[in-house]
Amino acid sequence: MAIDAATVRKVARLARLATPEERLEPLAKELNGIIAWIEQLAEVDTDGVEPMTSAVAQSLPMRDDVVTEGGDASKVLANAPRSKDGFFVVPKVVE
Amino acid sequence: MSDLTNLTLKAALDGLAAKAFSSEELTAAHIHAIEKARALNAYVLETPEQALAMARASDARRASGDAGALDGAPLGIKDLFCTEGVRSTACSKIIGEFVPTYESTVTTNLWRDGAVMLGKLNMDEFAMGSSNESSAFGPVTNPWRSRGSNQALTPGGSSGGSAAAVAADLCLGATATDTGGSIRQPAGFTGTVGIKPTYGRCSRWGVVAFASSLDQAGPIAKTVEDAAILLTSMSGHDPKDSTSLSVDVPDFASFVGKGVKGLRIGVPAEYRLDGMSPQIAALWDQGVAWLKDAGCEIVDISLPHTKYALPAYYIIAPAEASSNLARYDGMRFGLRVEGANLTDTYENSRAAGFGHEVQRRILIGTYVLSAGYYDAYYLKALKVRRRIADDFTQAFGKVDAILTPTAPSAAFPLGEKSDDPVAMYLNDVFTVTTNLAGLPGLSLPAGQTADGLPLGLQLIGRPLDEGTLFSLAGAMEKAAGVMPRAEKWWV
Repeated sequence: MAIDAATVRKVARLARLATPEERLEPLAKELNGIIAWIEQLAEVDTDGVEPMTSAVAQSLPMRDDVVTEGGDASKVLANAPRSKDGFFVVPKVVE
Repeated sequence: MSDLTNLTLKAALDGLAAKAFSSEELTAAHIHAIEKARALNAYVLETPEQALAMARASDARRASGDAGALDGAPLGIKDLFCTEGVRSTACSKIIGEFVPTYESTVTTNLWRDGAVMLGKLNMDEFAMGSSNESSAFGPVTNPWRSRGSNQALTPGGSSGGSAAAVAADLCLGATATDTGGSIRQPAGFTGTVGIKPTYGRCSRWGVVAFASSLDQAGPIAKTVEDAAILLTSMSGHDPKDSTSLSVDVPDFASFVGKGVKGLRIGVPAEYRLDGMSPQIAALWDQGVAWLKDAGCEIVDISLPHTKYALPAYYIIAPAEASSNLARYDGMRFGLRVEGANLTDTYENSRAAGFGHEVQRRILIGTYVLSAGYYDAYYLKALKVRRRIADDFTQAFGKVDAILTPTAPSAAFPLGEKSDDPVAMYLNDVFTVTTNLAGLPGLSLPAGQTADGLPLGLQLIGRPLDEGTLFSLAGAMEKAAGVMPRAEKWWV
């Protein structure tokens, strides 16, 4: 399955990466090179194989559902591009 | 006092304990060496005042008799680790001004044991790369050069700054991280020792995430014993990382020097690649001979799915990265580039903040996870990952550890592979399998090319059996004898 410029445009939109029109073709070529190399996985017989979703077989540890930290608004906001009165300032979302 | 930087971590700790010198003197010597070595671009942030303050506090602790395991030892910290109040960028423009309000667990453990921070070390952006060339701060130059040449070589990646700083005596040891080989390949390229421990040994909390099911922290050091000392401090259970293992941390240094007689060492046929350089093949044979002389039994083994590890990795790692890096949206922290609407702002911020290789991997990850391709690529890769892990489980029924080369070549010139992503990815062909299987892997210097560049060998162990790797590596280090050090052409 070859990746064309239209696919790159769609994937870049999904990934929220502004991609100038003239970059679409070169990127399609790069990604195709990588995907073509990855395609060799099709040779591996994986019938009946469980997907490996974790590097170490252990169940997720649980803890009590209690508040353990908080009340640090100034720390949370310390790296915000814009903030005001203890809030993040973000672009208008609802017209 | 600049000769203090030539010491190993162990020798420095012994010297501090014997009051032969103070941590302030030791730290000042390293600060001086770092200032002289800026041509290497190993540090992206130097923190001399903080280092000297930590050193003086250490000297005070030692005077009052409560020195920790690393007390007074100056270390470098890969810029992927969040350090409270000290800029931590992952060498990306998107968090180029980020100053954490918290400290990573691994570095917290090091400071608990008394270590001193010299500064933050260069790396590939978000740890994505094998040559340090994707760093927003520019590449690190390897302290090593081919004999008779001035050509700048890569220190490897992604922990290129860590490896170069250790090789150039700009710290006594460094933290690093390894997702596909990012500790071991740079260690191999710089004549240093690096270990990626078992997945879950070191907490990932406060380490900027790349591919969470593969990322592990570990040390790069001058000797096997130094690496063992550092790993002991860095390791330990952390409730803040749900994949952190709740297991005891042995004194890893106690394994160095232990006999290795009777241990069975696997040599995997599939790692003998077609067209393998004769120098790498000879190095590997040399390593086998050393272990045989030390009383090990050499066993030919097969890891049949080895060739599929890299392609599987280049689905899994970008998929996880595309998800992890979704957090960089310019809203709560990091770079924001305003656009006409919210989507434009997201897209502009991310396009301006991420470098080329990072964007490429986000695109691949998004593609393989998108509707219609998830089963064919992502799910398939997870199944192949299981096959690769099963290969190791079978092999470890017959052997106690596995010996392989660390990388398919010695350090290559900066710029040589930057136009060919697949050629760059092949650097990790011998290291990536252990990340997929979650196993510990250690690289140690074992020889040189005809041009005098260092070459490394890798030992792979059972889960949580880093101790055996340290025993074997200690035996090989002893057999190899005194290794040459990089000539300090930058001074």
